[in-house]
Amino acid sequence: MVAFVAASISTDAQNAAPALTFDAANPLTLPDDIYLGEVGGVATNSRGDIYVYTRTGHPTLSIATARPFAHGGSRLFQFDRNGRFTREIGAGAYGFLFAAQVRVDPQDNIWVVDELSAMVMKFDSQGRVAFLLGRKAEAINNPPRAGGAGPAGEGGGRGGGRAAGAGAPQDVFNRPTDVAWDAQGNIFVADGLGNSRIAKFNKDGAFVKSWGQRGTGNGEFASVNSIAIDAQGNVYAADAGNQRIQVFDNNGTFKSEIKGVGNAQAICITSGPNQLMYVSNSNPPNDIDTAGEIYKMRLDGTMVGKFGRAGKLLKEFGTVNEIDCRSENTLLVAEVGNFRVQKITIR
Amino acid sequence: MHRHLAHAFAALLIVAGSATAQQKATITGVPEISFTSVPNFLKLPAGESLGESVAVATDSKGHVFVYHRRDTTRLFEFDRNGTFLKEIGKGYYGFEFAHSVRVDKDDNIWTVDEGTNLVTKFSPEGKVLMVLGRRPPAVDGPVVFPAGPNQPSQKYIFCRPTDVGWDPQGNIFVSDGYCNNRVVKYDKNGRFLAQAGSEKSGNGLGEFNLPHGLQVDERGNVWVADRTNNRYQVLDNNLKPMREITNLGVGWTLCISPGPHQYVFHSNSNPNGNAPGTWDTTGEIYKTELDGTVLGKFGKPGKNPPGFQVVHMMDCRNPNEIVLGEIESWRVQKFILPSTPSRTSTR
Repeated sequence: MVAFVAASISTDAQNAAPALTFDAANPLTLPDDIYLGEVGGVATNSRGDIYVYTRTGHPTLSIATARPFAHGGSRLFQFDRNGRFTREIGAGAYGFLFAAQVRVDPQDNIWVVDELSAMVMKFDSQGRVAFLLGRKAEAINNPPRAGGAGPAGEGGGRGGGRAAGAGAPQDVFNRPTDVAWDAQGNIFVADGLGNSRIAKFNKDGAFVKSWGQRGTGNGEFASVNSIAIDAQGNVYAADAGNQRIQVFDNNGTFKSEIKGVGNAQAICITSGPNQLMYVSNSNPPNDIDTAGEIYKMRLDGTMVGKFGRAGKLLKEFGTVNEIDCRSENTLLVAEVGNFRVQKITIR
Repeated sequence: MHRHLAHAFAALLIVAGSATAQQKATITGVPEISFTSVPNFLKLPAGESLGESVAVATDSKGHVFVYHRRDTTRLFEFDRNGTFLKEIGKGYYGFEFAHSVRVDKDDNIWTVDEGTNLVTKFSPEGKVLMVLGRRPPAVDGPVVFPAGPNQPSQKYIFCRPTDVGWDPQGNIFVSDGYCNNRVVKYDKNGRFLAQAGSEKSGNGLGEFNLPHGLQVDERGNVWVADRTNNRYQVLDNNLKPMREITNLGVGWTLCISPGPHQYVFHSNSNPNGNAPGTWDTTGEIYKTELDGTVLGKFGKPGKNPPGFQVVHMMDCRNPNEIVLGEIESWRVQKFILPSTPSRTSTR
């Protein structure tokens, strides 16, 4: 079954896209007592500082407590533009369990999305908690491993009769994966793997609306793995489970879909007048013999080129979960499989 | 009356002994090798201590690496005199329950962690170079203790892996493990090439029941300690079975010395729990030639040095200085052996 799914990924992607010439390097210098685990996210701010949100392990599940509680398991690190370690942000934070993504907004605030605490956490540029969406579940579900440890059940369990994956009209998430903003500062949360919706909040965090439910039709998602917003406020949602990107206007009205990108797990959109998009056809974590390439495309879905493949060497990728493309041809790529960040330069 | 009690006691001993009688090596007439023990030759900093010292290895400089189970699993490096140098992998995502550490010909340090299901290659400086396998994601909730039939084995996912080795070309071999029953071969870049065995246990040639230790000789043949089958198996480089060794007791672990004339050391480790009678029938270590000729044996169980408590791993980079890691005495010992007189027949 696994092999069958993997095969369909590689055949569905656009093998005809021209190969781009590129270089890769490991840009980070880690102190001797800091190790990256699975890297959920990487992002840069306007000065080129690099933020890495990583699964560092030992998420502790308590016993001999009224219910099992989880804490720890992920850390947020800052490096300077040369990759030198600067500091840790949010050490011991209540919501740091299982790193999903980190993004930096135009004001250089640092936004962290955690898949297990189901929280979106905004830190100001000084590293202080400034703003939160969602609330960590008080305790871990027991019995475990039935669709994840977050809020239980189809549709997030608190939707009261809503369609599967539609979630509830509020900031209660189920395995959220990403966050983005439009030019007005509205906040869009990809929610995500437990739910199958996009939730929109205004810049003050008030719920505006959400759209999507589990399915394959227009405006439906198998999963929402990553989102990005262009200068016009259109929302690009990576629907890896359906092997496509869906494009919506700012109010969630379906506009188009982009196929041929395989297992779209990470997307980003460059800034500037001629915006471009990068999409990762990420290999599944249990297989490096399929997929893995990254596509460079125009916003209308026209293919520019592709590079890379799954693997463990430099210039190969292990389940890419986030791409930073603040600079059009210098990318930072976060890898779940290889416990690292790669700096990609496209020539 | 006293006589009756004595008879009853003897009968109990026999019954208890019968459960482990199969561990008694069937080989007879093996000469004893004299030795000197250097117990506790590792000097730890104040406040530090070893836990279950399941894994030891040395590098080309004689540095000693101990991968042990403590408050969490930790990896310590000592110099050749036993002076503590540093800790590697503090807080690392791939450390939860140590099982093996081995050092390759380029002095890279490889850890096998059966708590996280990860095999990690560290550079000599202690930086992560490659990761094999995947840790069960915390977001899926706690993993219950495995019960029932093993899940189907996967190319790139381990289930409580036990050991790692390399052939002269750098191909990687992993014994896997407690909830698979196979040996997997990867190329030096971590790509799957072949496997012997499967998730299912078996006692035919090429099948395993808890492959617990693994090493590769200079010819590229793969030696596997097939623990619950009470034997060792030798496979060729493509994992085709060549022969089995059934007369050296339990196949707990082994090491193979490097160089033009290689020796193999096999540990008939005493079973955990020290059941009555087991100290009399198990615990010795055999020194053999690659062709199977048994040269001698040494050592026996005991709580105090030079006795040992469940030898879990041996390092024999120098075949006359065996470094032993013990589970139940939280200790590493060094055994100095007389050098083997050269056998004219093999020169």
